[in-house]
Amino acid sequence: MKDKTQQYWKANLKIVLSLLVIWFIASFGFGIIFSDTLDQIRLGGFKLGFWFAQQGSIYIFVIIIFLYVWLMKRLDKKLSEEEK
Amino acid sequence: MTTQLLTYIFVGATFALYIGIALWSRARSTNDFYVAGKDVHPLANGMATAADWMSAASFLSMAGLIAFLGKDGSVYLMGWTGGYVLLALLLAPYLRKFGKFTVPDFIGERYYSKTARKLAVVCLIFISFTYIAGQMRGVGIVFSRFLEVDINTGVIVGMAIVFFYAVLGGMKGITYTQVAQYCVLIFAYLVPAIFISILMTGEVIPQIGFGSTLVDSQVYLLDKLDQVTKDLGFIAYTENVKSNIDIFCITAALMFGTAGLPHVIVRFFTVPSVGAARQSAGYALIFIALLYTTAPAVSAFARMNLIDSIQDQPYSTSPSWFKNWEEIGLIAWMDKNQDGKIQYSSGDALENVKPSYQELRGSNGQRLLENEPNLSNENEIYIDRDIIVLANPEIAQLPGWVIALVAAGGLAAALSTAAGLLLVISSSVSHDLLKKTYMPQITEKQELNYARIAAAVAIGIAGIFGIYPPAFVAQVVAFAFGLAAATFFPALFLGIFYKRLNKEGAITGMLGGLLFTASYIIYFKFINPDINNSDSWFLGISPEGIGCIGMILNFTLSLSISIFTRPPPKEVFDMVDEIRQP
Repeated sequence: MKDKTQQYWKANLKIVLSLLVIWFIASFGFGIIFSDTLDQIRLGGFKLGFWFAQQGSIYIFVIIIFLYVWLMKRLDKKLSEEEK
Repeated sequence: MTTQLLTYIFVGATFALYIGIALWSRARSTNDFYVAGKDVHPLANGMATAADWMSAASFLSMAGLIAFLGKDGSVYLMGWTGGYVLLALLLAPYLRKFGKFTVPDFIGERYYSKTARKLAVVCLIFISFTYIAGQMRGVGIVFSRFLEVDINTGVIVGMAIVFFYAVLGGMKGITYTQVAQYCVLIFAYLVPAIFISILMTGEVIPQIGFGSTLVDSQVYLLDKLDQVTKDLGFIAYTENVKSNIDIFCITAALMFGTAGLPHVIVRFFTVPSVGAARQSAGYALIFIALLYTTAPAVSAFARMNLIDSIQDQPYSTSPSWFKNWEEIGLIAWMDKNQDGKIQYSSGDALENVKPSYQELRGSNGQRLLENEPNLSNENEIYIDRDIIVLANPEIAQLPGWVIALVAAGGLAAALSTAAGLLLVISSSVSHDLLKKTYMPQITEKQELNYARIAAAVAIGIAGIFGIYPPAFVAQVVAFAFGLAAATFFPALFLGIFYKRLNKEGAITGMLGGLLFTASYIIYFKFINPDINNSDSWFLGISPEGIGCIGMILNFTLSLSISIFTRPPPKEVFDMVDEIRQP
């Protein structure tokens, strides 16, 4: 039992950490640090860095949370099945 | 029908709706009052969270701010949405599992200390009142411009409405009125944005119009805007002025601050389960993103329209919105070159920035000013950034009902946030200070009464802030986020993810973060505002971004002090194990 919960916690940390890496790259990475470089590329009327800073990062945030909901649901299900 | 009559009808109808909901959802127990009985559907909670979160600042001020800041304004867009990722992944599910009523509740029990609980209450009250003052100003602006009543009357009407549903319904009443307020505010935000997008670019969806070509031309909107802003002496719209490190820190302070704001966190206490808390954070961010991805489009449209409609126009034939806002004192014109035309360019038009008006009128009918002209530039107008969203439909010459709708939306945004803030203030007083600290013998019924009294008192104080707005309101917005990032976020995060953290570490960390962040902001904003520039800032970080450093300080103090002092008791280890399970 103790083992199961520890495994669950480790898996949980892994999910959270990988999603936070995406979170960081989408906002601080593309939106701020590499924004000026990305501005060389164009997306229709947008410069890409500007688009990430004012639009793209927000869309990615939404996707991250729903990915998290889905992954955690799967993990919770696995845990409750193993406990049976 | 006149626009004013329509506004009265829209505002009246929405107010009647809020009161109706309040009567239907009265709170009967402290569980109802603090956390809405913990049976709110995740979708409804998502809407309520979105309304709770999107304040007068998001609805009225943000697009205007971005219109003038250009790419630098991105800090607000990323900062105020990215915080939800942190909230969803790191805090909300665990705090829901903990399953109590307030944020100080968690801090008090996790760090087995009444001192920690009281410190948390002090931070909470400070953060929340700072925030409320801004909401009341929003209510005042909408009332005075669109309903042409005195600002004080407006504030009192607003207070009465909030009093009614917050005191009667507690969290339950607030939740369901916030659902209605979300619908009103998002509709009111999107309708004019869609209209303007069609007018300017032919695209129905503002997020797409933002990146499209202008009607009857091959030029992209943003390229044209870059050109026009550069011609007027500003930096190009899609380029940064601020340094990267400052942008980085401000964004981080806003994100971590958002995740640490008590009135937002407490919304996740109202759903039935841990899974529902996660889902609800996702819904909340979708509802928020709807406004936050529209806002930068509105900003670009508004900046373009603004320049087009006033640049080199004779004052005598200038549009009526220009004169209306001048009457209220949020626009001013000083004809520096005496040509009777309005010239707009970079720089502050007036010495001392804000206009102070004389009784007299100038030869063109404009209000004359006491200020000396600022002769270092050619700019002749002062525009308060807060008016952009409200003036936008008028600038684009949209029909009267759209303008009325925006007024109702602005009020919904301000009232929903004010109610959420009042609730966390009152529950931290009645629950954390009275029940858990000073008067443990009171019954649940008495506690509920105290909660209602505390809510009423808090509304009174908020109203006084609205009627006598402290001059520092705009200055202290940085405070609320900086302090939440430097105090609550590390204490909550480590409380869940690091079992070994003890009370000595947590209390020192919060105090250190609080004192450092507060002194830095007070020093640059109030004591020495003359040297508030990047040369004297620590590492080039502005007071808006300093919460990020305060947070790092908090983490460092918490961890190092913890290692050298006694570990927390076994019950705390068990409690943390417990909240880590779904």
